[in-house]
Amino acid sequence: MNVRRFDALIVGGGGAGLRAALQLARSDYKVAVVSKVFPTRSHTVSAQGGITAALGNVDDDRWEWHFYDTVKGGDWLGDQDAIEFMCREAPSAVYELEHMGLPFSRLDNGRIYQRPFGGQSKNFGGEQATRTCAAADRTGHALLHTLYQQNLAARTQFFDEYFALDLVRDAEGYCLGVTALSIETGEPLLIEARATLLATGGGGRAFGNSSNALINTGDGLGMVLRAGLPLQDMEFWQFHPTGIAGVGCLITEGVRGEGGYLLNKQGERFMDRYAPHARDLAGRDVVARAIAIEIAEGRGCGPRGDYIDLKLDHLGEAAIAAKLPGIRDLSIRFAGVDPAHAPIPVAPTAHYMMGGIPTNLHGQVVAPARFGPEEPVPGLYAVGECACVSVHGANRLGGNSLLDLVVFGRAAGRHMLDYLRDNPYPRSMPDDAADASAARLARWERPGSERVAAISDDLRRTMQAHCSVFRTDISLRQGLAQLDALEARLAHAGLRDTSRVFNTARIEALELDNLVGVARATLVSAIHRTESRGAHTREDFPERDDERWLRHTLYARAEDQVDTKPVRLKPLTVESVKPKARVY
Amino acid sequence: MKFRLYRYNPESGVQPRMQDVELDIDPAGRMLLDALIAIKAQDETLSLRRSCREGVCGSDAVNVNGRNCLACITPLSTLKEPVEVRPLPGLPVIRDLVVDMEPFYRQYRSIRPWLVNDEPEPEVERLQSPADRALLDGAYECILCACCTTSCPSFWWHPDTFVGPAGLLQAYRFIADSRDEATAARLDNLEDPYRLYRCRGIMNCVDACPKGLNPTEAIGRIKALLVKRRV
Repeated sequence: MNVRRFDALIVGGGGAGLRAALQLARSDYKVAVVSKVFPTRSHTVSAQGGITAALGNVDDDRWEWHFYDTVKGGDWLGDQDAIEFMCREAPSAVYELEHMGLPFSRLDNGRIYQRPFGGQSKNFGGEQATRTCAAADRTGHALLHTLYQQNLAARTQFFDEYFALDLVRDAEGYCLGVTALSIETGEPLLIEARATLLATGGGGRAFGNSSNALINTGDGLGMVLRAGLPLQDMEFWQFHPTGIAGVGCLITEGVRGEGGYLLNKQGERFMDRYAPHARDLAGRDVVARAIAIEIAEGRGCGPRGDYIDLKLDHLGEAAIAAKLPGIRDLSIRFAGVDPAHAPIPVAPTAHYMMGGIPTNLHGQVVAPARFGPEEPVPGLYAVGECACVSVHGANRLGGNSLLDLVVFGRAAGRHMLDYLRDNPYPRSMPDDAADASAARLARWERPGSERVAAISDDLRRTMQAHCSVFRTDISLRQGLAQLDALEARLAHAGLRDTSRVFNTARIEALELDNLVGVARATLVSAIHRTESRGAHTREDFPERDDERWLRHTLYARAEDQVDTKPVRLKPLTVESVKPKARVY
Repeated sequence: MKFRLYRYNPESGVQPRMQDVELDIDPAGRMLLDALIAIKAQDETLSLRRSCREGVCGSDAVNVNGRNCLACITPLSTLKEPVEVRPLPGLPVIRDLVVDMEPFYRQYRSIRPWLVNDEPEPEVERLQSPADRALLDGAYECILCACCTTSCPSFWWHPDTFVGPAGLLQAYRFIADSRDEATAARLDNLEDPYRLYRCRGIMNCVDACPKGLNPTEAIGRIKALLVKRRV
């Protein structure tokens, strides 16, 4: 196998990976970014509404209020030290993006434009805050392109269209790099690095109805599971309330932030019943459940009653063109509706994975080891949607994901610099470093009767049917049994196309390995947690149970083992926000 | 529906060919990408790029019935049968619908696509008026899909020397940005018979852009700035 050597390696070319890469590329160290797509095709590009930071450009604001909202939004499952860190760092991270050239929309006084978003309040639960910084409704696109451009300026080394296969670790557990496959040539490659960062994004393609890009297959999570490391809080998936019905494409919360609202078939603003105070801008889990209930109880719109109307025509054509041009475009293309004249048909869609690879607030991957439940894995970092730091807890607030990427991307980059300085010499590479990957590649050379595409489809159907907005023990266990059957079929799957050059069938097979790991971790963790918290709604356990469950779930692949660890309720400097009932 | 797909696998030793495919699919509400994915589910040897499937990542640009477009936002109901799907013209084909984008990316990099401002950084944002910010509308939204550049005959003849509409639009995005200080260097970089002036204003790029952007107009503005600084 060919070998390339760098000081630091970033796996994933989205916002988190590129922000970390930039920190490293501006130093003297050699850094490489491996991405299975050209970096600006990463899913960050789809983020619409904005990035939340208490700049106070429109209205009084303080990061402490943002901190409170994030703790409450996450239903107290978020680690309060990490949340304080993120909300404190938010303004500087946003200003820095502006300095890099991000084309934020502007207020009349020339400052960055901010809009209201769900779950954001002033004064610890008071009036609606205006905190989410936006570049029209293309904030993710603007952010990703800006970071890519800065990396070009810093001469970061890119391995575009290389698919990462497995982590390489030595006997003491140090991470020494990854194995990867060149998609263009089909050649495997070993990339050595003293520090490796996973920024591989989420696995939302495990669900049938998803807002996620087709590339979101949980690749970093699969790599971590195969390395014998745990995943945290995988039962928590955010279902975004407003995906275009039947398609799944996202309609940003910014639509409701700008004054749009939801109507059932009777023309009722039903959110008044579910969240009398915040109404359409309650937490996403609250709104998604409300929509699901309206549809289930026969108040959905359309001939089949399977969606809800999102009305925004009252904003006026000019405001929609200025603030929500991308949404208008998506709606016309995918729903056949011009929102300047008629409501958009929407329904909940799988959107964001709150769980992931457990890390501390430096982005270091942590796992239970000799000295406690949170020992850093030397040389291994994770940031972004693939990581669980955990700032989003049981439910992420809109605008906090782009923030997570840049705050923790920067923090991880900084810590990696320290790590590289303290660990100046590469450790010796074990002889069998690439054996596991070679075996996986060889496995997909063998013929088989089952087809990858069919198994993938069935996996998505299973997760959609058994692990969506509402869950029960019986349904989850049925889902797990179906997954067992799918994995048995996967053992007999083979590729008809075993060619080398740009063989995307092989890539999809390798992605399916990862997606199965994500689905299993999700189902097993969801069965284990017998309470309802945030986005995890158990109909058989409808209440939050802080006595037993104010804890993080840790799932390990060996025998589907589930463990827990306490939530960090103590922030860095401010008072802890004590758990209380979560009402909007 | 009937499709004709460009097929080429460099390992097969077989010349590129057009393959006729019939697919049982209801075109209502479906996009071309849905059809290509369905075809790939039947015949996994078909290779194509795709990611966001909603027209914002720029992965799945292809040439359909002679026009460049993004497969994921091209409704099947608008296409005449047989739907002829080819890789983007003017770039080397790697396999099937996948082209080597490097000549396109190289031209993008050549315009130094990043904001340059060497003034001391304030601890808050740099101010920009809504009017100055509005100058970026129509320029920053480019998704680097290459639909425009690969529909441009000047780029077909001069891929090494002509920046092409996408690269020039991005050059204009930075020239137009009130925060950028490198306008003179950016204009110098383009003042060249090939890099800029191979644009003959035929506007294929405007016709091809799936985001409704207008590179020809941006190129015109760059030319105007060059004239202005001469006189």
